[in-house]
Amino acid sequence: MAGRFVSIWFPYLLTDWFALRESYLHAVPFVLRTSAHGRMVITAANAAAEEKGITRAMVLADARAVFPTLEVRDAIPDLEARLLNRLAEWCIRFTPVTSVDLPDGLVFDVSGCAHLWGGDQPYLDAIVLRLRKRGYHVRAAMADTIGAAWAMARFGVEPFVIAPRDQLNALLSLPPEALRLEPDTTDRLHKLGLLCIRQIIQLPKASLRRRFGELVLLRLYQALGQVEEALTPVVPLEPYQERLPCLEPIVTATGIALALERLLDVLCGRLREEQKGLRTAVFKGYRIDGKVVAVSVGTSRPSHHVKHLFRLFEERLPTLEPGEGIDLFVLEAASVDDHVPVQEKLWGGMGGLGDMRLSELLDRLANRTGTASIRRYLPDEHYWPERSYRQALSLQENAATLWRTDVLRPLQLLAVPERIEVSATLPDYPPMLFRYKGAIHKIVRADGPERIEQEWWIQEGEHRDYYRVEDEGGSRYWVFRSGHYQEKTEQWFIHGFFA
Amino acid sequence: MERPITIIPPHRAEAFAALQADILRLQGFTGKRTVARDVGLGPLQEAFPQGIFPIGAVHEFLSHRVEDRSATTGFIAGMLSPLMGTKGTSLWISSRRTLFPPALKAFGLSPEHFIFVDLRRERDVLWAMDEALKCGALTAVVGEVYDLSFTASRRLQLAVEQSQVTGFVLRHCRNQTVNTTTCVSRWKITSLPGDVSYGMPGIGFPQWNVNLLKMRNGKTGNWNVTWRDGRFDLPDADTGIIPLHHKKTG
Repeated sequence: MAGRFVSIWFPYLLTDWFALRESYLHAVPFVLRTSAHGRMVITAANAAAEEKGITRAMVLADARAVFPTLEVRDAIPDLEARLLNRLAEWCIRFTPVTSVDLPDGLVFDVSGCAHLWGGDQPYLDAIVLRLRKRGYHVRAAMADTIGAAWAMARFGVEPFVIAPRDQLNALLSLPPEALRLEPDTTDRLHKLGLLCIRQIIQLPKASLRRRFGELVLLRLYQALGQVEEALTPVVPLEPYQERLPCLEPIVTATGIALALERLLDVLCGRLREEQKGLRTAVFKGYRIDGKVVAVSVGTSRPSHHVKHLFRLFEERLPTLEPGEGIDLFVLEAASVDDHVPVQEKLWGGMGGLGDMRLSELLDRLANRTGTASIRRYLPDEHYWPERSYRQALSLQENAATLWRTDVLRPLQLLAVPERIEVSATLPDYPPMLFRYKGAIHKIVRADGPERIEQEWWIQEGEHRDYYRVEDEGGSRYWVFRSGHYQEKTEQWFIHGFFA
Repeated sequence: MERPITIIPPHRAEAFAALQADILRLQGFTGKRTVARDVGLGPLQEAFPQGIFPIGAVHEFLSHRVEDRSATTGFIAGMLSPLMGTKGTSLWISSRRTLFPPALKAFGLSPEHFIFVDLRRERDVLWAMDEALKCGALTAVVGEVYDLSFTASRRLQLAVEQSQVTGFVLRHCRNQTVNTTTCVSRWKITSLPGDVSYGMPGIGFPQWNVNLLKMRNGKTGNWNVTWRDGRFDLPDADTGIIPLHHKKTG
């Protein structure tokens, strides 16, 4: 596993926030309170208060008995979630994947980010420094797993950067609380004298599971990196997305087209600035009855051409049912590629396969009829006629070999050779006449035979002896005998028509 | 139009020449981009307006039998190769394609410069042709259809007027009577016995009877054309043309 995570702990998140608003609260003992079961309970205490022995969950009256001039503020419900969300969004400057870790922390996936700050330690220092500047008490640690980083941030000592694959050694001396367990479980572990993770790891897994439940093992494995753990990023990774909320629900086709055009304008403007082009895009409408309707398009090469994309969508728009009305439009570029801008030509060139207009045309065709209907062919090194060419993978792919010009091939080739009835055959000669689709053709002139053997490594079967023949009307055919000459039982086929 | 119709000058011959030029201009034969667009048809080209094969127009080819279809395809391929040059790209749109791409090489074309669009319905073929003919990046669009209504042909004609792409419509006619279309020309190509004038064995070079049934602002005619050594080979102009009585062909 190549992941790298940073866990950040704000030991005094709420009190720090109040102190930022009333600066004199910094130095004095200060708590937040809320009422529970008819009495005032402390929900958060700052560092100064904790020094006096005032902690969370104490009854306010007891705390006042300890320290009469205690500053008290009313707690704001759900403040920590909102604060952490805001902090996580702000921290996107450090990594694109930031996540809230309630009640008092953040977790970042920093895989591949640290080198931009010159290494793990400077990176972690930068994060801590920036957060401290904002006025928060911060502890942070970096490790290969979320669990290890979490444990080190809260219970560890320097160094806070755990080297890759070294989380086991770092965890050994930490208390069981570092495993993110329920308070009941940690209490029981303490009662049994299991005071650090080293002791827990030594126990048989089966008895750990039986006595303390599955969670202990799961947390242990997660911290050690034996079980993967996923993050829920604050900002989902859908970077190319535009939204258009509407005051009134939209029901008309014109309205939908307008919304699409506006969204395309914004999205393409952004793509152009970042020198990107979209490959697939989804246009979604959130209806007022709660349903989501969507249409999607794809392009054969990255594009940020508003007009072109609009035309692609235009075909599909009638399938978008507005129902009672759509009040939110979202345009997402699901896949995006680099798009190097080319100089605009004042005079249209000769065209060619690289022309943007051509790929736009093919997008339109593919959008209506499916990409499978558009084909381009390159030579393939096979004698067997049906295999002598293959489908090209892209418009730009070049032929690796040359087309064969030494043998004549018919301009029209039947996909499957058709049986013909022949008469008056001689060995190694074409027939005198043949019947095809009810008409009898008398062969006047002929060329051949050209024997083409089966490619036995691909397909087994008889070889073919091809003849180019011309009937008295001047029509030219490509016929073959399957296998060797045998009187009465041989099989003849027609395979193509020459020009 | 951007230019007023020419006022007739005193001399009659000049007047006719000027009028002819005006008619051509009004009908979309602008003369631009037609430089060095010799389709290699030699004396046959005298039948074209001003002796130049009209590009940026839709040409119609009739075929009744499958054998004639491949003769027609060969003739079109022969004309396409000077039009496409080394860089041009063409679209081949069809609902029942039997064209064998490697064989195009024998007509001086690079099969990899063709994009084949295989569609199921005839309606889609016409739609795709209409779209493709509007795309200026293409040299030519070949479409294989059974029927071409007057309206459909007019749509195609309108599409090419902007883009100057040349359209070739291969009609596999199911019955003998053919309806009127707005295509600039109408051809019928049939196979002739191969050219073995040198007394060689085998079936010789492909030879066709080329029947130009209609040519807007041009002449109609009937020629025997051989495809030899990668180019058209026509008998001399004075002996080759079999004059036809002119009849109205829509």
